[in-house]
Amino acid sequence: MNHPLPDKSGKALSAGARQERRLGLLLCAPAVLVMAAVTAYPVGYAVYLSLQRYDLRFPDRAEFVGLGNYGAVLSSPFWWDAFWVTLFITVVSVAVELVLGMALALVMHRTLFWRGTVRTAVLVPYGIVTVVAAFSWQYAWTPDLGYLAELLPSGEAPLTEQWPALWLIILAEVWKTTPFMALLLLAGLALVPEETLKAAMVDGASAWQRFTRVVLPLMKPAILVALLFRTLDAFRIFDNIYVLTSGAHGTGSLSILGYNNLFTALNLGIGSAISVLIFLCVGIIAFTFVKLFGAAAPGAEVKP
Amino acid sequence: MAAAGRTHATRWGVANVVVVLYALFPVWWIAALSFKDPATLSDGSYIPRDWTWENYRGIFETSQFTRALVNSIGIALIATVIAVILGTMAAYAVARLRFPGKRLLIGMSLLIAMFPPISLVSPLFEIERAVGIFDTWAGLIIPYMTFSLPLAIYTLSAFFREIPWDLEKAAKVDGATPAQAFRLVIVPLAAPGVFTTAILVFIFCWNDFLFAISLTSTESARTVPAAIAFFTGSSQFQQPTGSIAAAAVVITIPIIVFVLFFQRRIVAGLTSGAVKG
Repeated sequence: MNHPLPDKSGKALSAGARQERRLGLLLCAPAVLVMAAVTAYPVGYAVYLSLQRYDLRFPDRAEFVGLGNYGAVLSSPFWWDAFWVTLFITVVSVAVELVLGMALALVMHRTLFWRGTVRTAVLVPYGIVTVVAAFSWQYAWTPDLGYLAELLPSGEAPLTEQWPALWLIILAEVWKTTPFMALLLLAGLALVPEETLKAAMVDGASAWQRFTRVVLPLMKPAILVALLFRTLDAFRIFDNIYVLTSGAHGTGSLSILGYNNLFTALNLGIGSAISVLIFLCVGIIAFTFVKLFGAAAPGAEVKP
Repeated sequence: MAAAGRTHATRWGVANVVVVLYALFPVWWIAALSFKDPATLSDGSYIPRDWTWENYRGIFETSQFTRALVNSIGIALIATVIAVILGTMAAYAVARLRFPGKRLLIGMSLLIAMFPPISLVSPLFEIERAVGIFDTWAGLIIPYMTFSLPLAIYTLSAFFREIPWDLEKAAKVDGATPAQAFRLVIVPLAAPGVFTTAILVFIFCWNDFLFAISLTSTESARTVPAAIAFFTGSSQFQQPTGSIAAAAVVITIPIIVFVLFFQRRIVAGLTSGAVKG
């Protein structure tokens, strides 16, 4: 750092630029160190653990097994059941959230009165603790306790059957996170210029045409960011399932599977292999989004 | 024309009512449960027939809940303060300074923002047991702070880009060093953005469940969301529904207060951070 480094134009850096550079690095260093220490190192350690047979109940029998744990996980029906459940919940809830979130964003953007009240109300699900919301839903659907269970024929306990339970998990997830989607879309809506909409109106475009031909294309970046964030988030679903069904009746997600292997079975080797595989899945999703949408990916447009 | 205007207004009114009901209904239900006495708990009515504070008295009687509440507040506050300080420093650098490795920092934060927490739970569990911070405040503060740093960096750098930086230049012309310009000119201007970020980070830490149940084993660091999940009734035949509902309302109150007072800022923080990069 003490000797002058050439900048892009090939000239030696001025004292000011060098100072700026050093300040920049200094200011970022703590954040980078923390993030690296708490994520990069443990991830490396997770990979290491995933190559061991390591069961906390039998620590003496720990040994290196190579990719054995991965083979065991990937050939197990538990992994694939959880994988499809996770994928199903992710795809359905993100799709519903996109439509519902767009409707909510339009209401918030266009409503003539009560705008503050509506926005405040919408923030409540965002702010409320997921576990609390999940308990509220659980009680609502518990026979003899909840208002929603009363609407069902008596004797029905939807949380104890796979498909009804899956839909209720999706409902809980959608309720909780649609506001977040809606707010991101609202920000996108605010970027659509009024004049363009007026011009389209003068040209005789119907409300639907204006929405699909003018608003949606202009909002594309915001939609993609919202979709990416929500997809990755939904893929990690844990809290709602833990409270609603604890993963019973074929409703366990990958995160639930990983958690159970780590903390119920205390099998760190298998649990770590599951963790690494989930990480790879998330990586593939993120990579696909960034590849498909390129410059619209968050962070891509940040320029020096 | 007036009639058309009125139907228009009615339609928006209906839409708004639907949205508000949608957002608040589950919250209302859990609040109603928390005020019902055990006898009427299962009457399915939306409004408690006999209002009672019994459930609240119950949870505050034992140390289990009060201890968890203290843990939640302490852990979330400390993690928020540290994350916001480190995030402010990094976001200022990202928004304002030229230095190598900026892209790396942005890429790294993005990666962490997308990170599945379950992937970190097993190594952190092992590492924290080895280092001796498993089941302590530090054991939760460290992951919370790390996972909220990207959020802090993104929202803050979006806010920082809106700040009139000429003032900083003026300060430098007047002889201030970059560090002084940062401290004396920019920090006061950036305070509202920092405050907004702090609220978002706090909500994030307050909400966590996975780390809270994985990296704690006793009351000494267990936060309210985790404690609720392990509640038992006062006898083994009694469902802890009333206690859970009451505890749920107690940890929801701070968030409702934040939302009521800082609605505008929370919206600004969420949207600017996400859409502007």
